[in-house]
Amino acid sequence: MKIIIPVKRVLDPYTQARVNKQTQQVDLTNAKMAMNPFCEIAVEEALTLKESGSASETIAVSIGTDKTVDTLRTALAMGVDRAIFIKTDSELDLQPLHVAKILANIIKREEAELVIMGKQAVDNDNNQTGQMLSGLIDYSLGTFISKFDLSSDASSVEVCREIDSGIETRKLNLPAIVTVDLRLNEPRYASLPNIMKARSKPMETLELSSLGIDTAPRIKVVSVEESGTKDRASKQISSAEELFTELNQMGVL
Amino acid sequence: MSALILIELNGSEVSANSRAAITAASQLSDSIDALVLTSDASNSSSVAALAGVNTVKMIVDDSLENANVEVASKLIADVMSDYSYLISGSSTFSKNILPRVGALLDVQPISDVCEIKSNNTFVRPLYAGNVMATVETSDETIVMTVRATAFEHSGDGGSASVETLSVTMPSSNSEFISLQESESERPELTTADRIVSGGRGLGSKENFALIEQLADKLDAAIGASRAAVDAGFISNDYQVGQTGKVVAPKLYLAVGISGAIQHLAGMKDSQVIVVINNDPDAPMSRMADLVWQVDLFDALNELNAYQV
Repeated sequence: MKIIIPVKRVLDPYTQARVNKQTQQVDLTNAKMAMNPFCEIAVEEALTLKESGSASETIAVSIGTDKTVDTLRTALAMGVDRAIFIKTDSELDLQPLHVAKILANIIKREEAELVIMGKQAVDNDNNQTGQMLSGLIDYSLGTFISKFDLSSDASSVEVCREIDSGIETRKLNLPAIVTVDLRLNEPRYASLPNIMKARSKPMETLELSSLGIDTAPRIKVVSVEESGTKDRASKQISSAEELFTELNQMGVL
Repeated sequence: MSALILIELNGSEVSANSRAAITAASQLSDSIDALVLTSDASNSSSVAALAGVNTVKMIVDDSLENANVEVASKLIADVMSDYSYLISGSSTFSKNILPRVGALLDVQPISDVCEIKSNNTFVRPLYAGNVMATVETSDETIVMTVRATAFEHSGDGGSASVETLSVTMPSSNSEFISLQESESERPELTTADRIVSGGRGLGSKENFALIEQLADKLDAAIGASRAAVDAGFISNDYQVGQTGKVVAPKLYLAVGISGAIQHLAGMKDSQVIVVINNDPDAPMSRMADLVWQVDLFDALNELNAYQV
């Protein structure tokens, strides 16, 4: 069983996003970038399956300019077997529908039976790509998973989904796509020897233009602004009585 | 330019999310229909009573009690030929299904709309809500989820006609096994007027009971930071923030929460924010209306003992 793990390079999640007012874009020049945290969890799950002997091969895929290679090298250093780099000439505004179409192309080519990916990227927060990909290639879908159990004959997987009302358990027949939530596992760090080893692991580069996929934007970003969090009065109080009095006056009790 | 609302039911009741979706739809279209996928035909009555809905389209099948996303998305895509908009409230229910519908329709959906600027231009959050983007779509059919905290919840008073669609149920490659529902007598987190939320500062699952006690005293829902959830103090469906729930209650009382940007994104629109924490430099304190800088256990004991 081949596993494909799409990974995305994003602004480091502990860095504050800043807007460049002139370009009306989030300014990523010289910003610290990292692998999307949900993608790290997806990589970890795939590696666990490989180590238990359930998977034959793990393949990380990413799309972007040359800098994206860093993110794929991170996946390789964590332990993924090989990488596919879909190269774009410039910073394209690829949207989930485009990404899903590109990934569908790669999954068909690789005949992968399982795709493990993050439930959302922490930059655009769309939470769409896995769902859309499943629709395009008609794979069964398990979103927001916190538990993943492959059947002994590797024909199906039982997943727990974290949904608003609690935890839902479903059985998905393969081929399947799962999108992972935070509590699925604790991703490993790449060790120094593995970072060195990752340099010699195979990485295939494909030009996006060679795939023949329409990447014309469906959505245009007209403007962006930092909303941040507005500071408030922060009146100091010092007792329960004072708190209840204030809250009563504000009419929120 | 008619709009279809994908209704999310809680039991037989229409969810607050769906009521927000109707308000959003009313800003885009004069003709609003509601679609219900259910195993129980009698669920049409609560939907037909919604103000502003013309026709309730029912798809009724035993298998739809816990519908497979593969089935639901196909059924929805098949009825979309009559509509320009497909709208649902942001929730794990809609976020599971709508993007797959989008792919079947070759449409790029728009997530978490907070404001409608025009019939194709919307405001939505990026980067955990730290950036708001105004986006314009060129798709002819528009598929979107809307934040329930950003639109009023449309009420009852309507008398929509009910139409049961006869469809062939698509095949599916997955099956429902079980649902372990979080049971709580307390108000629901996303619609509560008051929320008492606990963070890593509580230190243990046992100590988190102090939060529950205060919540009961205030008739409030319970919330938690991701750190508290990760530490195992409470289950994930109580998480407030970028990857949890987005809330905007009248009162948000944060205890022992330092205020990571991912958490602030989920509660910054609360009307009154109270912070109880012993760290004056915590980011949470800056956005508070009231700050009680104190050992949080002293504060919780005093609050829980206080005779209102």
